[in-house]
Amino acid sequence: MAVSRLASSTSTVSKLLLRPLSAPPFSRSFSEAAAGDDQTVLTIETSVPFTGHKIDPPSRSVEATPKELFSFFRDMAVMRRMEIAADSLYKAKLIRGFCHLYDGQEAVAVGMEAAITKRDCIITAYRDHCIFLGRGGKLVEAFSELMGRRTGCSKGKGGSMHFYKKEAGFYGGHGIVGAQVPLGCGLAFAQKYSKDETVTFALYGDGAANQGQLFEALNISALWDLPVILVCENNHYGMGTAEWRASKSPAYYKRGDYVPGLKVDGMDVLAVKQACKFAKEHALKNGPIILEMDTYRYHGHSMSDPGSTYRTRDEISGIRQERDPIERVRKLILTHEIASASELKDIEKEIRKKVDEAIAQAKESPMPDPSEIFSDVYVKGYGTEVFGADRKEVKAVLP
Amino acid sequence: MTLRGLGRGISIGKRCFSSFTEVEKPPMDGKPINLFSAINQALHIALETDPRAYVFGEDVGFGGVFRCTTGLADRFGRNRVFNTPLCEQGIAGFAIGLAAMGNRAIAEIQFADYIYPAFDQIVNEAAKFRYRSGNQFNCGGLTIRSPYGAVGHGGHYHSQSPEAFFCHVPGLKVVIPRSPRQAKGLLLACIRDSNPVVFFEPKWLYRLAVEEVPEHDYMLPLSQAEVIRQGSDITLVGWGAQLSVLEHACDEVAKDGISCELIDLRTLIPWDKETVEASVRKTGRLLVSHEAPVTGGFGAEISASIAERCFLRLEAPVARICGLDTPFPLVYEPFYMPTKNKVLDAIKATVNY
Repeated sequence: MAVSRLASSTSTVSKLLLRPLSAPPFSRSFSEAAAGDDQTVLTIETSVPFTGHKIDPPSRSVEATPKELFSFFRDMAVMRRMEIAADSLYKAKLIRGFCHLYDGQEAVAVGMEAAITKRDCIITAYRDHCIFLGRGGKLVEAFSELMGRRTGCSKGKGGSMHFYKKEAGFYGGHGIVGAQVPLGCGLAFAQKYSKDETVTFALYGDGAANQGQLFEALNISALWDLPVILVCENNHYGMGTAEWRASKSPAYYKRGDYVPGLKVDGMDVLAVKQACKFAKEHALKNGPIILEMDTYRYHGHSMSDPGSTYRTRDEISGIRQERDPIERVRKLILTHEIASASELKDIEKEIRKKVDEAIAQAKESPMPDPSEIFSDVYVKGYGTEVFGADRKEVKAVLP
Repeated sequence: MTLRGLGRGISIGKRCFSSFTEVEKPPMDGKPINLFSAINQALHIALETDPRAYVFGEDVGFGGVFRCTTGLADRFGRNRVFNTPLCEQGIAGFAIGLAAMGNRAIAEIQFADYIYPAFDQIVNEAAKFRYRSGNQFNCGGLTIRSPYGAVGHGGHYHSQSPEAFFCHVPGLKVVIPRSPRQAKGLLLACIRDSNPVVFFEPKWLYRLAVEEVPEHDYMLPLSQAEVIRQGSDITLVGWGAQLSVLEHACDEVAKDGISCELIDLRTLIPWDKETVEASVRKTGRLLVSHEAPVTGGFGAEISASIAERCFLRLEAPVARICGLDTPFPLVYEPFYMPTKNKVLDAIKATVNY
């Protein structure tokens, strides 16, 4: 059933996708040479209008500069390349443990960044590699962490599921489904206290949407008007379970009941940007809001999941053809003549090279020192004794 | 001494916590199968023999992430074998309610690391139900199965051994099998036991352990430890996947002339103190080994109890070879684990004390 629902939405979406490109009066770029011209502001319509729950949705006309579109393309291409490279590294057993890839969902990460500052906080679950990059993380740090090396963003101790970046307000990287949402609301509580006009985006998936703790956190946030935006990255499958089999109501943007919600096409980076901007303004004035990003992941749930036992290959390739976020931006760039197709191809080649370099650099990096197994259990200087295998043999004092 | 007044003649004496007194040694014949197949067989039999038994949890319908529930939904229908949404607290609470109405609720928590949202339900609702209602109600039909333990690359949230948290709760039983044949018999016993049981399955052994398992319906006694190997110099106690590590250590140390007695605890609470005590009285030395961190792990309880009971007999302090006191690490797993060499060192140190 999910397949047919998706198919109908993709066909409507594909119809709408063609609309902005065939309507020149909406954009002013044809009259000006767009490349390198920072003053141009393009007005582009999102693929589908927003749907609101207990709120008036924002306009579907989004303003973007050519430079911005270019950067969207670049950022998403880097993320896509990173995830594909991680796939090969995992199969080569350089990355071990669990690895959850984000390719297909890049528009959410990139669009969100475009709407906020690094002082706003983002917290997410384990599909966090691209959010980390979006927050300013380096490729080398990402690959090192994936391979468990010292130069990783979490010093090699976290792995794929636990990327963090304190300076950029990225609170990670969490393994237990749904557990990051109350945490995110807590971050927002602190932000409200500090009165610095920042917000928190707490991301979770359609699988986590049925966790009790989410509703507890939502209630508290609404009660205390916390500046938190709960973002449901609905890729329609909780591991292998389709949303309609897990949720009585898969309209996740409505699940907040008394908390307003917005449904967004998560494959359209401009829609995501518009929605996040709107949500931030709302959250600072009125408290929590839920954003449901209608998105899709091409890979399975994790590297151990082929991703094809619960959905058809046609569905996956259909979405790739009709709604791929990078292709959409590429079409926009080409139509508005911001760059040529070969220029974009060159960028992709350059990105590929950069990613390969980062991987090579990460491979050179050493594994963490064995003594690090004991560090950061408690705060430094705690000095508590821990015992290892045998009291007489392995006795360590936690640093 | 019996307490017949409190319903059903619970006698306090030796081995009183077992669900039945006849100990049948299962016949040796059977096909060689692995752990998840043995558990699968046990579940098939459980659902076959009791029309009010239900199996549910995340993704169990297609067979489960470890294939323990393959074929159940097809055979018994989606009304008896069904998927739940992603909500452990909901699964546990729902299972307790189902059991309170006299059904056999066999709930699966996909990984033991995810059991904590359900912890409140298990500890506060399930364990105390019979007690607080004065035996009017009970959720004895509840069995919670969960894969636990290290798997080589599981990291922080796919490798934990939370058995010690549950061992601290009177009213619950905690059972851990070491091999396919044990798993089938113990799981059937747990399902049919009239107390809520948490059954941890060593995930590392799901495919790795292969043993001949009889195809018929059989149960193994709960709260009875099994002496797997006789010995005279030191007693080794463990459970689950750790036993194979201990076995290898036994073999190696036998070359140095140290004879080890190896005990599989099987049921962690209520645990078989008599068997362990009898063994320590024979050998005079004890070593406990488990994957969970050493401080506050179940080895501590065994150590303290045996020290109480066998103080004058002990030739050396009780050794605990366990995981380190850190969160279960990702890259550091080989350092963290209680490996064979750590056990060997401890055996030698204890014997030469």
